[in-house]
Amino acid sequence: MTDTSITPTTQPGDWASDQEVRWCPGCGDYSILTAMRMLMPSLGTEPHNTVFVSGIGCAARFPYYMNSYGVHGIHGRAPAIATGLAMARPDLDVWVIGGDGDMLSIGGNHLIHALRRNVKIKVLLFNNQIYGLTKGQFSPTSEIGKVTKSSPMGSLDAPFNPLAVALGAEASFVARTHDMDRQHMMDTFRRAHEHDGAAFVEVFQNCNVFNDGAFEGVTKKQNRDANLIPLAHGEPIRFGADGEFGVIDESGCARVVHTADVSTDELLTHDETKHDPSTAFMLARLARGPFEPTPIGVFRAVRRSEYAMASTRQLAAAQQKQGAADIAQLLRSRGTWYV
Amino acid sequence: MTDTASRELPLQEIDEVIIRFAGDSGDGMQLTGDQFTSISAALGNDLSTLPEFPAEIRAPQGTLAGVSAFQVRISDFDITTPGDAPTVLVAMNPAALKAQLHNLAQGGALILNTDAFNDRNLEKAGYSSNPLDDGTLDDYRSYPVPMSQITRDAVAEHGVKPRDAERSKNFFALGLISWMYTRPVEPTLEFINTKFRGREQVINANTAAFKAGYNFGETAEIFEAHYEVKPAPLAPGEYTNVNGNTALAWGCVVAGQLARLPVFLGSYPITPASDILHEMSLKKNFGVRTFQAEDEIAAAASAVGAAFGGALAFTSTSGPGLALKGETLSLAVSLELPMVVLDIQRGGPSTGLPTKPEQADLMMAMYGRHSESPLPVVAPRSPADCFDIAIEASRIALKYRTPVIVLSDGYLANSSEPWLLPEVDELPDIGVDFATEFNGTNEDGDGIFLPYLRDPDTLARPWAIPGTPGLMHRVGGIEKEDGTGNISYEPENHQLMVDLRQAKIDGVDVPDVEVAGEADADLAVLGWGSTWGAIDAAAGRLRDDGHRVAHVHLRHLNPLPANLGDVLRRYRAVVCPEMNKGQLCDLVRAKYLIDVEHIGKIDGVPFTTGEVTAAVRKRLEELAGS
Repeated sequence: MTDTSITPTTQPGDWASDQEVRWCPGCGDYSILTAMRMLMPSLGTEPHNTVFVSGIGCAARFPYYMNSYGVHGIHGRAPAIATGLAMARPDLDVWVIGGDGDMLSIGGNHLIHALRRNVKIKVLLFNNQIYGLTKGQFSPTSEIGKVTKSSPMGSLDAPFNPLAVALGAEASFVARTHDMDRQHMMDTFRRAHEHDGAAFVEVFQNCNVFNDGAFEGVTKKQNRDANLIPLAHGEPIRFGADGEFGVIDESGCARVVHTADVSTDELLTHDETKHDPSTAFMLARLARGPFEPTPIGVFRAVRRSEYAMASTRQLAAAQQKQGAADIAQLLRSRGTWYV
Repeated sequence: MTDTASRELPLQEIDEVIIRFAGDSGDGMQLTGDQFTSISAALGNDLSTLPEFPAEIRAPQGTLAGVSAFQVRISDFDITTPGDAPTVLVAMNPAALKAQLHNLAQGGALILNTDAFNDRNLEKAGYSSNPLDDGTLDDYRSYPVPMSQITRDAVAEHGVKPRDAERSKNFFALGLISWMYTRPVEPTLEFINTKFRGREQVINANTAAFKAGYNFGETAEIFEAHYEVKPAPLAPGEYTNVNGNTALAWGCVVAGQLARLPVFLGSYPITPASDILHEMSLKKNFGVRTFQAEDEIAAAASAVGAAFGGALAFTSTSGPGLALKGETLSLAVSLELPMVVLDIQRGGPSTGLPTKPEQADLMMAMYGRHSESPLPVVAPRSPADCFDIAIEASRIALKYRTPVIVLSDGYLANSSEPWLLPEVDELPDIGVDFATEFNGTNEDGDGIFLPYLRDPDTLARPWAIPGTPGLMHRVGGIEKEDGTGNISYEPENHQLMVDLRQAKIDGVDVPDVEVAGEADADLAVLGWGSTWGAIDAAAGRLRDDGHRVAHVHLRHLNPLPANLGDVLRRYRAVVCPEMNKGQLCDLVRAKYLIDVEHIGKIDGVPFTTGEVTAAVRKRLEELAGS
């Protein structure tokens, strides 16, 4: 997976801006930031060709901490800002950073449309299942019944499953990782970067102030064997300390089984390139929440026409057909007469 | 032609005619009007057009809601409006007659498709008796013509199904009007051949219908004369006929060339602005990227992103869309990035009157964002001026790194006028330089880039685009420290930045306003945007009557021209016709403490020359009596 042909021209430190990082001590955002800074030198890109775009929220402060170009936009609109940027400048590496409120609540519309268009932006959704910057209201990924300042008797809202939303929006690249595993984050972000199209990565991210331990059931070291299902392309889906568990397709639903109870060829073989998203969707919905076996890794990576490049091809085709830009001709295109 | 062909009707020369074609949405009235306009333009008449269509795409046939109309005024003198009242009304059915008759000038000519005046259509139009014979039309000159029947007969030999035959009747009407106003037939025959290329039957049917209409005028003994409108003394040169939306779209495309920047348009379809998106989408050979966004907010946000990337970015919309873009424009104000917003104003509030003009977004353009969020506002005064205003808005946006709002409206958008084409090499160079070098040093003496270090003259910040080595920087909506652009919550810094953002916009180089008419007139008519034509014509009429009237018209609304206060103070009275409840009046009163008097009209129909004339005359009489 790691491309060893790239000789890094930068060091992780070159990607750190001079700005003091101001997340709460212990926030999961720190480990994501570190993973990103450590990954960047090996991607073969330069800080000046990289742009981080964000909306509003704790996660959205991310661009300030990367020594690249950056836009800290307005709430929810980062995918739309990034779409305009990626269309105008297909040469750039454009990353979009946001939280669950930013991307799935106020900006849900922009997220799904950016994904369906398949514009070359890399969307990292830091999911902490809570509103942090506004100090602790339930978010669109909070579980039903969540007691918060704005839901003292428990939230009535059924949550979004971010991966299911992305798959439903025809995203060509869908993955999940978590803030307790730097290497897994780096591997996943690298795959997103390599993808020629819109990439969507959900990052389980701990908010230690307002929703501490939300993902512990799956991300804590001692729970990982039992509850994290690492997806590997072309491999049967198994997990557990000794691979004692597996996932089968039971009439269109993913179900966890003891591998001892089934034959190996009954296990689902992971195929991230499958164009039909049904299996990926089934896997995305395997866990009801971060307290039972949950797949991580790349769910889907399929090839589809990239939007900005398709737009560039139209410009070239138009030039071929209509000729190069000619103002005098434009002004006469509807017919003229002389007085 | 029959033996009556030798009948010689007198040819009368007239200085102008205002024709309104009215029919069902599906009757092709816009096409008919457009073609009549084209022929007249080629003949050298001055002209002005005003299309009027229903908001519904296909309202039920034969109903008042489905009436579509096109007014064209042609003249042998210089005109600035499509005319107050048509002198000729072509009504293709009872609904068209009912909806439009009140517009027709007293004694005007009515050309009626009598075949459509059956019981069913009369009932749909809400007529309890037939207006053709109940005296309704006594004050007009009526010319009843069985258009449907003659058209059916004329196209019969071309094998057109009877059901389709009638679809050619708009060409019959065009033929008849072409005869009445002695327009040549060849351009229309060519037009039919081009427009319907590859559809032989349609070409034959429309050609036959057009000729039938022309011959009917010549042979049917119902017309007393036919008419001629001689060419107008327009400035010599090459002309084209444009409407405001086309001119605006071309202006945006050309602005990109003049700035040597790729053009980006983020837009969400909305009446009456959609044609800008359509037109610019056709200009991809100019490197124009158009993006049909998922909503108005994304349209504006994508433009912000493209501007950050170094494009000349536009977003086009109408009032409801501008409201949605407010927060994003506030971001653009804070990021200090160049972009241009095209607001084609329509009637409101809410959905309001989507196809009708209004000038009631001025306050929203000025102040419709949270907090102190100043930005320049400009407004075109005529369809052709839309081209220049797009370039001017782009120039300001680029020079000062600011979003600029252009306030056009549904009237300018769709009406057209002859446009003397500019010399391409005389168009302004509006290019600006991107930052490529460090512009400061840190405490160690190393070069650094300060994204908010301003140009001392313009107060514009440097525009460093991604891809430029060494100039990596972050911009955001949080208050920025002067110079570095780093996040800052310092009280003094916020005061400074608010003041700087305001000073930058206040300092935009806006030309002095020019006064049309006598400098020492008694009264000035102040206007902005699309009222220019009506005010100009009204002021002309009043001057002809011996009144001393000046016309002061604003293309720049923020900042206002530096001389405006001094200019307006010269007059005993200043009146301001606006299609709103007095928004420019309020701005000017607040800024200059000048008692500008509002002349309002918000009925979805542009001011007529007569309305402005009457209102101003009344005020002049009061002045004379005081």
